[in-house]
Amino acid sequence: MTTQQLQRKRPYRPPGQIGGRTRLNGTFKRRATIVGFLAPALVILAAFVGWPMISALRLSFTDASGFGTPSFVGLANYVRVFTDSDILKAMANTALYAVLFTPVSIVVALVLALVVNSPRLPFRGFFRSTLFLPFIVSLAVAAFAWSYLLDPQIGLANYWLQAVGIRIGNVLQDPTLAMPTVVLVAVWKNFGFYMVIFLAGLQEIPKSLYEAAQLDGAGGWKRFTNVTYPMLSNTMAFVVIVAVIAALQAFDQIYVLTGGGPYRSTETIVMQIYQSGFKDLDLGFASALSYVLLIVTLLLSLVQFLFFGRRGEDTAS
Amino acid sequence: MTALTRPGVRLARRATTRRHGDPGRWIFFAGFLIVTFALMLPVIIIVLTAFKPASEVNAFPPTLAPHQWTLDNFRAIFSELPFGRLIANSFGFAGGVTVFALAFDSLAAYALARLDFRGSRILLIVIIASLMIPFQATLIPIYQLVSQLGWVNTFAGLIAPRAADAFGIFFLRQFFVSLPRDLDNAARIDGASEWRVFRSVVLPNAVPALLTLGIFTFVNNWNDLLWPLVFTTDQKMGTITSGLTLLTGPGGIIPQGVMMAGALIAVLPLAIMFLLVQRRFIESVASTGLK
Repeated sequence: MTTQQLQRKRPYRPPGQIGGRTRLNGTFKRRATIVGFLAPALVILAAFVGWPMISALRLSFTDASGFGTPSFVGLANYVRVFTDSDILKAMANTALYAVLFTPVSIVVALVLALVVNSPRLPFRGFFRSTLFLPFIVSLAVAAFAWSYLLDPQIGLANYWLQAVGIRIGNVLQDPTLAMPTVVLVAVWKNFGFYMVIFLAGLQEIPKSLYEAAQLDGAGGWKRFTNVTYPMLSNTMAFVVIVAVIAALQAFDQIYVLTGGGPYRSTETIVMQIYQSGFKDLDLGFASALSYVLLIVTLLLSLVQFLFFGRRGEDTAS
Repeated sequence: MTALTRPGVRLARRATTRRHGDPGRWIFFAGFLIVTFALMLPVIIIVLTAFKPASEVNAFPPTLAPHQWTLDNFRAIFSELPFGRLIANSFGFAGGVTVFALAFDSLAAYALARLDFRGSRILLIVIIASLMIPFQATLIPIYQLVSQLGWVNTFAGLIAPRAADAFGIFFLRQFFVSLPRDLDNAARIDGASEWRVFRSVVLPNAVPALLTLGIFTFVNNWNDLLWPLVFTTDQKMGTITSGLTLLTGPGGIIPQGVMMAGALIAVLPLAIMFLLVQRRFIESVASTGLK
């Protein structure tokens, strides 16, 4: 996001209004115009973003359940968020998910971006579009394909891996392998998106830097560590934060593939919000959990904003 | 961004023609083709399994392609599920959100980009800040509001909360700011109202941005699972994504071949849309880093 572009330009007065009409009439008409343009969006945002923010905060201090009158319970819900063993487990799982998802998806995306950016690769456009395809497939639908691929009896993954002597068994029912598997599905869904962001970053590196490195006799790996990687640091940091925030909201493929199991090993924060808010109707508690998620996300976004306040200047079009 | 990359692309082209005889290039190509094939395996599986007869879907040893191609799965999904209805709902929901969001976002973005007024900067900052709120965090109060309005299981309930969004306003505002002001000033000197300037000067020039945002909004809503899961308790009001998930998820009752036929149909409209505008779409995703 930009700081420079936010700076207000010299106040603009429509030429028709200068001098001409009476000032009062002009101002009123102008105000009405401004309100007319802003009102539809602002009404929606106030009702469905602003109000829910306040409402969720209020709910989080009550024992609301959807029935009867909720009563004030102070910080009890928040205490429960940080003491309930199921929630702590879900938080640990979400953290594990983020720790697995972020580096793996970034390495995959960066390597692919480097390959499809290489002038040596024929048909680069075809590869770029194809590799981006998973990003437009819904995570829930992709999860069907993965569950069929990974099926312990009839899945191709097991069959092919057995041919080379690896037995993976029923990964989705295995408490240690279920989490890596749902992470794998998310990596598969998102690498194309991160790849495209890296690609944009790569294309902004001045060619002269590579030429200079080549003159100094730097080989491919040296050119990567001394030119590409440092020049990508902004893009990299941006992708890291976007990936971590996406990881905090993990839900779809988990809901489809494991339902949070086996033995709660893939239970995440958003799974718990859905469960406590919409299945157990424990609205006060679910709101407290939502607020914890909100605050963590806001903190991460703030880091992003402080670090990359300048990023938008070069890229926002 | 295009302007920046074009010289690079041209240089690369020249380089590739020079290296046409380089055999290493084609080994590199073949190797990467295999990697790409492996990465696309889930998509390939959806497409091929959708055409397999039931006996082959569950056969061991498994095969990638069907021996005998069949359309039975497609017939089954329409007869066993209210699938036509789910498709219509998906179009209604994702299409409705897209139309309203484009209209409301562009109006607000125009005011922020062109109508200087006191507080416009603060308003923009508030809108940017609200981008950071994950929708899962406010889902419960939104649900309560929608249910108080009696809108659960209606298109109004699915669409209204998303009829405007902070990202769209920000995205379009950035685009409008980049358009030269000379055009609209000329129209204003001719006595055009702001509405007229917006409709006849700014909007026609913003078609690429509206298209990108529109496709993005459509894809996101079409694919969303949690939202329709929460706002539709009646299966008849579900979308393809939520409907397929409920009927085929854990302990699902629908055979896998039929499920893949459903998945293929769910992906198809998006794939077609993507193929039509892929280059522009990828470029603008890259240039905004949008989610």
